[in-house]
Amino acid sequence: MKQVTYSEVKGSSTKFYALLALLGAFVLSALACAFYMEHSGHHVTGMTNQIVWGMPHVFAIFLIVAASGALNVASIGTVFGKTIYKPLGRFSGLLAVALLVGGLIVLVLDLGRPDRLIVAMTSYNFKSIFAWNIFLYVGFIVVVAAYLWVQMERRMNHYAKTAGLVAFVWRLILTTGTGSIFGFIVAREVYDSAVMAPLFIAMSFSFGLAAYILVLLAAYRGSDREIGDVVIRKLGRLLGVFIAAVLFFTAVQHLANLYASEHTAVERFILVDGGVYTALFWIGQILVGSLIPMYLVFRPVPEDSQASNRGVILASTLVIIGGFAQVYVIVIGGQAFPLNLFPGMEVSSSFHDGMISAYSPTLPEIGLGLGGIAVAGLIVLIGIKLLRFLPVSLANAAIDPHHKLTIDKP
Amino acid sequence: MSRKTKDRKLTKTDGFDPARRSFLGAMATAAGVTLAPGVILYGITKSSPANARALDSAASSDVRWGMLIDLNRCDNGCDDCVSACAKENGLRGFGRPETDAQWIRKVDIKNPDTGYSKSLPVMCQHCEEPPCVDVCPTGASFKRADGIVLVDKHTCIGCRYCMMACPYKARSFVHEVLEDQKSYAPRGKGTVESCTLCVHRIDADQQPACVEACSDTGGGAMLFGDLNDPGSEIATRVAKYASQQIRADLGLNPGIRYRNL
Repeated sequence: MKQVTYSEVKGSSTKFYALLALLGAFVLSALACAFYMEHSGHHVTGMTNQIVWGMPHVFAIFLIVAASGALNVASIGTVFGKTIYKPLGRFSGLLAVALLVGGLIVLVLDLGRPDRLIVAMTSYNFKSIFAWNIFLYVGFIVVVAAYLWVQMERRMNHYAKTAGLVAFVWRLILTTGTGSIFGFIVAREVYDSAVMAPLFIAMSFSFGLAAYILVLLAAYRGSDREIGDVVIRKLGRLLGVFIAAVLFFTAVQHLANLYASEHTAVERFILVDGGVYTALFWIGQILVGSLIPMYLVFRPVPEDSQASNRGVILASTLVIIGGFAQVYVIVIGGQAFPLNLFPGMEVSSSFHDGMISAYSPTLPEIGLGLGGIAVAGLIVLIGIKLLRFLPVSLANAAIDPHHKLTIDKP
Repeated sequence: MSRKTKDRKLTKTDGFDPARRSFLGAMATAAGVTLAPGVILYGITKSSPANARALDSAASSDVRWGMLIDLNRCDNGCDDCVSACAKENGLRGFGRPETDAQWIRKVDIKNPDTGYSKSLPVMCQHCEEPPCVDVCPTGASFKRADGIVLVDKHTCIGCRYCMMACPYKARSFVHEVLEDQKSYAPRGKGTVESCTLCVHRIDADQQPACVEACSDTGGGAMLFGDLNDPGSEIATRVAKYASQQIRADLGLNPGIRYRNL
């Protein structure tokens, strides 16, 4: 039996502080962007009365969806009892909270009145899925913090499975809530569908794991710790399964819409003649974000373990790029297509009725979004320096699945 | 018994305490200063038109304000309702049509198969089941008991979810710093707004500005009234003639109805 030893990273190198400073600079510039947007009003952004949610929402939704997915690695270890995943659990919890906080900060700073956050925290309309989400997000942080504690405090280890189960159920509900933000919009035919919730859950599995793989590898390389190709390949294969799940729900989403002739116009827009949205869908999401990474993780394993690792790293990167493309098409593409006030009629007005709306993201919006990623990075960086999130080694010998490996009982 | 006499009596029986007396005096002054404006306001409301809603009484759910717009009397080129709304509510454009607010707009529709075309005003449809109210996280979007859908500018956080949810594209987000607003139609950068049905005028027993302009200088296409009052002209007309709601299939039961759509 092997026991996993965790330790803080030293975090005293120039590299560490340079990264800290870089992320800090991104956070500061995001704050400047947010201040500029709030001070001048949103007319300085690409957002309009037609495209009311812009690039900040793309970043925020991506981060929030990825957050709940990043927790899956921990769930697989504690809830589903896969020993090889157990050493990865703590870091999974940390990354989940970090991504969620990053996403929420972007969401809040993009509000028209971010200064009224206190109103959002004290005045609730319980029929609103947004209001539920406020509870789901805050609750997620609390639940994952508790989950981390029972994993990290040896005397509490026997509660890990229960806490893991609660966290797993909570994250499923959370992503259902995020998907339902769109699924509950009866007015817009692209969104109004129950499939949005499971689609978002599948997206979270995929984006979250891709983010996890990349951040884990970066942390191990940065701290000169060993990580073997067994764990990387295993995570890569799992990523392939999750990508397939996203493809499945994406197919269901579009096929169901295509079947109803009232929805063919909007499907035609996304799938055939929507310009940038069509390109992002087929090239971004399907080719770059799904098919190529699936090939990379499922191809016959190369002899050279380094080549195998590089394949998984590339696949994860492509999944993130494809994921952004997918969220962009859902959020922006869905709004660009006009509302159908008068079915069967050609419509025009001074308020852009009946027109495909144009949107081009501006620098402040992108700066704010990148700030959310930087916040997540800072939390991870500070977290692994202060607490024992990372196993000292993830080398093949240390995590060999043939050994009965436990962290619960030494 | 006047207060003075009462005080004098108390002085006689209880002995004189100047500190207590001045304290009571201060309290009385404070109470007077606090209450007086209310009393005056009460007086003003009492003297306002008979059908106006008193400021201290809540809107009544016995009333369902609505509008019937007869498109046969709505001219293609006329936008008197739009300019009257802008004037009444202090809406000014910044020359940026994509972000400028529009509370009411003229929409031109054309049937591509038959060539039939029409122009109609579209504003907040004041739904009985408003999706904007359902999705608003803070409850800033709300429906008054008399059916008017409004935004509480003090609790709107500017999340724009209501704009995503509104099937009528009726809402605008304030993208700019605003100045010189009308006191009765407060607006604010970073919040969402839409047609209030000129709630300030309705509460003073007047017609919405668009309806007034339409009857004064336009085609007299817009009829405003209480849909719940069987004796009202609007209720009589919707009972007698066919009228339509935009996207009636959504089941939201808008208070704005159209004839000859």
